Amino acid sequence: MLETSPVAYDSKIEGNVIFTRLDAAMNWMRKNSLWPMPMGLACCAIELMAAGASRFDIARFGAEVMRFSPRQSDVMIVAGTVTYKMALAVKRIWDQMPEPKWCIAMGACASSGGMYRSYAVLQGIDQLIPVDVYISGCPPRPEALIEGLMKLQRKIDTEPALRDQKREFLASFSGAAR
Amino acid sequence: MADASLSSTVTAISGKFKVLQKIEFRGETTLRVERAEIKELARFCRDDLGFTYLLDLTGVDHFGEEPRFEVVYELYHFEAGLHLRLKISVFEDELEVPTVSDIWAAADWHERETYDMYGIKFAGHPDLQRILMWEGYPFHPLRKDFPLAGRPSEMPDVAFSKAAPLAGGPFVTVPSTATTKDREPRSREIP
Repeated sequence: MLETSPVAYDSKIEGNVIFTRLDAAMNWMRKNSLWPMPMGLACCAIELMAAGASRFDIARFGAEVMRFSPRQSDVMIVAGTVTYKMALAVKRIWDQMPEPKWCIAMGACASSGGMYRSYAVLQGIDQLIPVDVYISGCPPRPEALIEGLMKLQRKIDTEPALRDQKREFLASFSGAAR
Repeated sequence: MADASLSSTVTAISGKFKVLQKIEFRGETTLRVERAEIKELARFCRDDLGFTYLLDLTGVDHFGEEPRFEVVYELYHFEAGLHLRLKISVFEDELEVPTVSDIWAAADWHERETYDMYGIKFAGHPDLQRILMWEGYPFHPLRKDFPLAGRPSEMPDVAFSKAAPLAGGPFVTVPSTATTKDREPRSREIP
């Protein structure tokens, strides 16, 4: 456990200085301050609101700042039935969100079309945008959404963040020098 | 016309317009009228008979019959509390009906929906475009020859629509006192 820990703590310096890797620090900041884009399209949105309210309080996980502007959000929570007509708007909003961004497909409809097997409904939002976490339920309870959010946090924790960019940067640099 | 009644209404209409059929069913009065006269009749119903409110306007597809389509107008008389239903027949090869959106503003979106779902055009409509399906969708989904699962189509810029997987039958619930697992929507054959 100790050797894989991203944080080294020196008791002599009394917490004023913490040694870590830049990747770990960035991921830590990202995962604890996920600003959701609430894509509330059906009854799942009610549970999403409940998760944001005082009883379940998604603020405990740093994701309480629901942003109704895609340019300020990190994670799109697709909560509800995505009709083909709305799919155009969902895709457009997703494209407007800045990187890095993640997507949670909340509930049966967003994950697979659910019980709406019909000409009007997109059979899963993953046909249009990449989904990180699927949450089952119709609709899922707020606990399930919070569980999904924690799953996403664990996923962000393992992302390479800068490592890949650094490798790409060095590769381009050596290529230019040649 | 506060003392209006349905019988006086029907008499007034049949005195001025051609009534093809009059149907009475459980206190509901339905008049089948000529398609060419619907505009004039609608104006007469609103201005002279007091049916100031259009409750609903929709279409019906009698697939396999001639004439195939029907347009239904549900009128309401506020002062006297009267309901009146008007029906016109539309043949498949001449899918055009005069709009009544200039008579009742409520007809605007209803006519758009009828156009979207059945492909019936409303001549003179101010903005006749699809209201539920997206612009450029090639089908009219409420027609009887359109499958519930849908047909594949192209979506401009973004993606496509595929036929939904129905797994043998439409997804329906079963009303009973059984457990949720037995009642919930699954693919079932409708008897």
